[in-house]
Amino acid sequence: MIGNDRLAVRKTYKLYVNGTFPRSESGRTYEVSDAKGHFLANAAWASRKDARDAVVAARGAFAKWSAATAYNRGQVLYRVAEVMEGRHAQFCEEVAAGEGLSASKARAAVDAAIDRWVWYAGWTDKLAAVLGGANPVAGPYFDFSTPEPTGVVAVLAPQQSSLLGLVSVLAPVLATGNTAVVVTSKERPLPAVTLGEVLATSDVPGGVVNLLTGDAEELGTWLAEHADVDAIDLTGAPANRAMEFEREAAGTIKRVLRPPAAEPDWTADPGLARMTPFLETKTVWHPIGL
Amino acid sequence: MPLSAQGRMSGMTHVLDPDALSDDARALSVPLPPYRDVTRSDSAFRAFLHGLPGVDQVGAEARVAQLGTRSIKTTSKAWAIDTAISMVDLTTLEGADTPGKVRSLAAKAKSPDPTDPTCPRVAAVCVYGDLAGVAREALGDSGVHVAAVATAFPSGRASRAVKLADVRDAVQNGADEIDMVIDRGAFLSGRYLEVYEEIVAVKEACGDAHLKVILETGELVTLDNVRRASWIAMLAGGDFIKTSTGKVSPAATLPVGLVMLEAVRDFRAATGRQIGFKPAGGIRTTKDAIKHLVLINETVGPDWLHADWFRFGASSLLNDLLLQRQKLRTGHYSGPDHVTVD
Repeated sequence: MIGNDRLAVRKTYKLYVNGTFPRSESGRTYEVSDAKGHFLANAAWASRKDARDAVVAARGAFAKWSAATAYNRGQVLYRVAEVMEGRHAQFCEEVAAGEGLSASKARAAVDAAIDRWVWYAGWTDKLAAVLGGANPVAGPYFDFSTPEPTGVVAVLAPQQSSLLGLVSVLAPVLATGNTAVVVTSKERPLPAVTLGEVLATSDVPGGVVNLLTGDAEELGTWLAEHADVDAIDLTGAPANRAMEFEREAAGTIKRVLRPPAAEPDWTADPGLARMTPFLETKTVWHPIGL
Repeated sequence: MPLSAQGRMSGMTHVLDPDALSDDARALSVPLPPYRDVTRSDSAFRAFLHGLPGVDQVGAEARVAQLGTRSIKTTSKAWAIDTAISMVDLTTLEGADTPGKVRSLAAKAKSPDPTDPTCPRVAAVCVYGDLAGVAREALGDSGVHVAAVATAFPSGRASRAVKLADVRDAVQNGADEIDMVIDRGAFLSGRYLEVYEEIVAVKEACGDAHLKVILETGELVTLDNVRRASWIAMLAGGDFIKTSTGKVSPAATLPVGLVMLEAVRDFRAATGRQIGFKPAGGIRTTKDAIKHLVLINETVGPDWLHADWFRFGASSLLNDLLLQRQKLRTGHYSGPDHVTVD
């Protein structure tokens, strides 16, 4: 009975930058609708200056996050999955509304997203063994290569798959020790907003993940040109702009992950393909036999 | 309102006509008219300083908050950034300072952005007195000044003889600007004349070098005290009044800047002598710097918008100014990899 008498709590969500929830510097918001066009909530509409602030935050967080032991990073990421599990029902509702899925299909997508997060959490301390190793060299040296994080990675998240797709592009960036500035799906940002709340209440240090709700077309160009961004994932870039973003990224020799022709089936086994682009190989020559 | 009302003090009875004195040091210690006799005695000086109009702290904060909302964009911003760069006193005041660090700072002072020859040079390099010689040699005839902190910086807790020796040493090493600290202990216990006399003595020891007087406003507690200390420094012959050492927080806040700028404005209106202003400490971003430029323009006017009359005491500010400058020039955001680390 009480439910009918309550005033609706109208939501105007904010960004997630540097571990806090600021409004857009521009003051802009936009309306988010469900798949049928009904109003869901207002979201912050991030501007280029929000992207700038997010990059500063990500750069600031990089030293500590990249220097954390792989084991510790795995624990922190696993903890994120735990908190996501606690928000399971909320994620299901938002994914169902935003993507127009049935309750059971939404549940399957959320389950897959959390499983994906756990899967990447497990990779943190195994990557070095798979991608690095001792190199046999013709000399008295112990020579070995290890994968190292690239730095600040700008991620244009998929536009269709609002949670599973988001997790599938964000988790590999974090697992490899990079920090991220993510531009979420423009039409379906709510699961990303909730993920921001999950990250804020888990053990991920502020600034490691920065979530900007807004337009990938608008922000993509600023992130692609930004001299302090080391890599950019163009998965969610508009098809007609991706080439341009890649050209702009070349100006500061960024690593670029090109977008697929169409959004892939995110439930498929991701393999290592999304982790290796954001790693640098460090090789050490150590004299032996002296 | 200018403090011309203070001129009534000149109507007071003279115990001693300072103009009659022939001794140079004594003559120096006499303030400009109409304030010739305010330093006549401890009590007269106290009466004068406590007779300065009180500062409305809430009003000062509201005023600077309002000025801080000014939007400075495009060509104005480009002008503001270049002006701010030309006003920077590039500072290193660490126990770990080495001649090498001072030399690299001097190189940066002469050419802040080596990728862009149109970038202006900074106003001065500010170091401890013992390194002034290194800075002087590294800067050569580039036109960048050498500022040295002296008088037992930053605490100022030493005997006057030591402080004066400190000043003479820095000048001898090649400093052409001296940043002195006032004796806050004497000021806070009401011995204003002692503070005044010390500044007079330091000014004399400076010779031709410019004297900047650091009030260390973070330790003065109230804005009323900031106004009083500003007047002491100006009356004593300081060429600049400077907010802080940078070693105490809060340092250069905007309300303090407003009060000190009002003081230099009123002082010029009353005496005709223009005094410079230098906020130091805590100014790290271009936005902060531009807020200060707006504050100057709106408080004392464009006469002060020049490195001869206004300086930023800062170290990290310069890099942020350069990053913003690069952003304006190239159209995209720059990063800390594109400026020197210092």
